[in-house]
Amino acid sequence: MSMPFYVSPEQVMKDRADYARKGIARGRSLVALESADGIVIVAENPSRTLFKISEIYDRIAFAGVGKYNEFEMLKIAGVRHADLKGYSYSREDVNARGLANAYAQTLGNVFTHEMKPYEVEILVAQVGESTADDELFHILYDGTVMDEERYTVLGGQAESIAETLGNRYEDGLSLDAAVKLGASVLGGADAQALAPEQLEVGVLQRAAAKRAFHRIKGDELVALLGS
Amino acid sequence: MNEQRLPVFAAGIDPGPSFVELLRRVQPHDVPGAGAVGEGSGLPITHGTTVVAIRFADGVVMGGDRRATSGFTIASRRIEKVFPADDYSGIAFAGAAGPASEMVKLFQTQLEHYEKIEGEPLSFEGKANQLSQLVRGNLPAAMQGLAVVPLFAGFDERRSRGRVFSYDVTGGRYEESDFQTTGSGGVHAKNWIKAFWREGLGLDESVDLALRSLFAAADEDAATGGPDLVRRIFPTIAVVDIAGFRMLPDDDIERRAEAQLGGREEGAGL
Repeated sequence: MSMPFYVSPEQVMKDRADYARKGIARGRSLVALESADGIVIVAENPSRTLFKISEIYDRIAFAGVGKYNEFEMLKIAGVRHADLKGYSYSREDVNARGLANAYAQTLGNVFTHEMKPYEVEILVAQVGESTADDELFHILYDGTVMDEERYTVLGGQAESIAETLGNRYEDGLSLDAAVKLGASVLGGADAQALAPEQLEVGVLQRAAAKRAFHRIKGDELVALLGS
Repeated sequence: MNEQRLPVFAAGIDPGPSFVELLRRVQPHDVPGAGAVGEGSGLPITHGTTVVAIRFADGVVMGGDRRATSGFTIASRRIEKVFPADDYSGIAFAGAAGPASEMVKLFQTQLEHYEKIEGEPLSFEGKANQLSQLVRGNLPAAMQGLAVVPLFAGFDERRSRGRVFSYDVTGGRYEESDFQTTGSGGVHAKNWIKAFWREGLGLDESVDLALRSLFAAADEDAATGGPDLVRRIFPTIAVVDIAGFRMLPDDDIERRAEAQLGGREEGAGL
């Protein structure tokens, strides 16, 4: 009778985590910043149609880095979760915390039970009345949830970008300034800011009456970055 | 619903961008029309009455009176029958108020859900067809007396003009070239609009025409509410044009309504 190979659980988890991290590191990064006028999400994304940043609900946005089909699937699941909850209860009852928990459960389950973990990192952002009420949930491939303040960076070069951003971020930035800052830190510590055609920008506008998500693109983005 | 689990589906049973299909998979008991009990049961059912939609030069105007009846009783004096469907369209209903408000909510969610999943909004035709399916889904309830007959109208961004669709209880969908009404006072309102409508009507004239047609309906139909000068209740009017959907503010409608009073009803034998 053949004996199955023994592999320690630590080793299994480590292998899976390494696998997921490698996949994520291959992709481009994304930053989210709280500003006076709302939450700004800036991603390096040359595609005009395959989005990394999306609307989930009235005041909630989603962003993902890593494998497109995986975070797109998670985005759709999030929209379904939010719309079902809003339809069953009320629009006010849909919040980022509940959604972040659901994502954490799903990612955690996939990480431990499935053949391969998801190679993604995701962000669930919710804009509030003021920056103090803003919420940024950064969720990792294994379901780890981090409740971030002021700004957060997702993706392969997260550490170095976060360092630059930490030095340059200020409280109470205007929306335009936050988009510019996001675009410039994505270019790397000493490189030039990324050009508009390499960027995808989504904002959650604090003053919006209902659906706060707005995609800044095309001429609007060029004008904003050029000003 | 299970709060902790994300709705993820295998390829074969994925509901796609349809919220109604999604609801059918996860919460089938919440799909409107399931387990209908209607007038056959002898229970009182609240009905909304007259709504109108008029195309004008730059878009459409939609209006509804404020009365809901239950048999011969006035169930509500302040019910609203005109709602935004999305940024560029509106829905107005006549018929059983309960199923109608449920249908409105489902339709709004459906349009927004599609837009978020697909990344772009449905075409105007697509929206009209979606509503058609919802009305058809309500047919079993309609057979028991819970009919809902909506009007769907808005600004078609691709064609750059206002469009009006009407429906019958079976989900039949008809595009109207200029205007349509529905509900118990609909025929009176329609006659009034027919007499005064012309191509290229302006916004102000169309709003006044919508108000006037609702007053005319209230004059002839007991289930349609007229201008209530004691409680200061007037019809609700929405405008959809290139700037999107907006409800007219109460004071604007009040001012317009007052200007219309004492017109044709006095002395003309109407």
